[in-house]
Amino acid sequence: MNIYLRLIYEFFKIGLFSIGGGMATLPFLAHLGENTGWFSYADLMNMLAVSESTPGPIGINMATYVGFSVGGILGGIIATLGEVAPAIIIILIIASFLTKFRENKYVDSAFYGLRPASTGLIGSAGLSIVIEVMFSGTGTLGIKWKAVILALIIWFLSNKFKYTKNWHPICFIGICAVVGIVLGF
Amino acid sequence: MKKYAELFLTFAKIGVMTFGGGMAMLPMLQREIIENKHWTTEDELADYYAIGQCTPGIIAVNTATFIGNSIAGPIGGIIATLGVVFPSLIIITFLANIIQRYSEMPIVKSAFAGIQVAVCVLIFNSVMKLAKRSVIDKITAVIFVAIILAGYFLNVSPVIFIIIAAVVGMLIKLKEVRA
Repeated sequence: MNIYLRLIYEFFKIGLFSIGGGMATLPFLAHLGENTGWFSYADLMNMLAVSESTPGPIGINMATYVGFSVGGILGGIIATLGEVAPAIIIILIIASFLTKFRENKYVDSAFYGLRPASTGLIGSAGLSIVIEVMFSGTGTLGIKWKAVILALIIWFLSNKFKYTKNWHPICFIGICAVVGIVLGF
Repeated sequence: MKKYAELFLTFAKIGVMTFGGGMAMLPMLQREIIENKHWTTEDELADYYAIGQCTPGIIAVNTATFIGNSIAGPIGGIIATLGVVFPSLIIITFLANIIQRYSEMPIVKSAFAGIQVAVCVLIFNSVMKLAKRSVIDKITAVIFVAIILAGYFLNVSPVIFIIIAAVVGMLIKLKEVRA
């Protein structure tokens, strides 16, 4: 299949089935990379980091980045438009019966199951990434101590420490880039 | 025509000013759309957000489509969305080009190896935040854990899990209502 048609198809599917924001596209992108060999998990993580640190919604940034890496400038545009197309169609339909949609018992009950599933999918993509980044070394259990300790520190700073917990993610990405260079990750 | 241009430019501006997910867009929307342009109200925006979070697609796009549509019809919805994605297309394409060129340099490699640790923590944080809203009782907790494990161990498209979860949710919830 033509690469651009494939991109439209794949990203339309991602736009249609990822629920709850840009991060929800991550498990779909991970699956896409695995099946097509277009990019590795490590590539995807780098794309996610760049997407978090640049202007624009994360989901759009990731679609543009993945599309670009697969099919150049046109690929980036096509992937992004493919991803937003289902949302535009669905929202335009919902907008015409807005309040009824929110109160519909079938919609409500479907989303009762969809929401935790969508979160769980992000969790499983996160689990794969954590294992690759922190537990794929050569020592006992493959633990990469530098990465594990840095992760614990960043977790503490971004959740518990009152002076830093409201910092934007871009700050933590910056800190880790510097630590990575200084300690030779 | 002027309305369309205004929609495109306003949403392009919001796109440039948003760093991170659709949630980060909320304060920009409040300032630009409600206070400056008076295109919508706080209540309406809250509704758009609530629906945007539980419908397919990226929250930023869903909200842009809603607001554009309410101001200038379906074409307005499409134009507002194109506006919000436009800055991403330019900026990411530009950056991806540069990164591709320098990605083999040792210093860039070390930096990205460090950054991957940050990404792990950010994903973890975002799962925890989402779980607070979506995992609300025993059944949703079971769905959440089951999908994490199934997603990790089975090489099945996430689409399958989403469809199963919607059906399971309906069966359980509708049965509860009847009982």
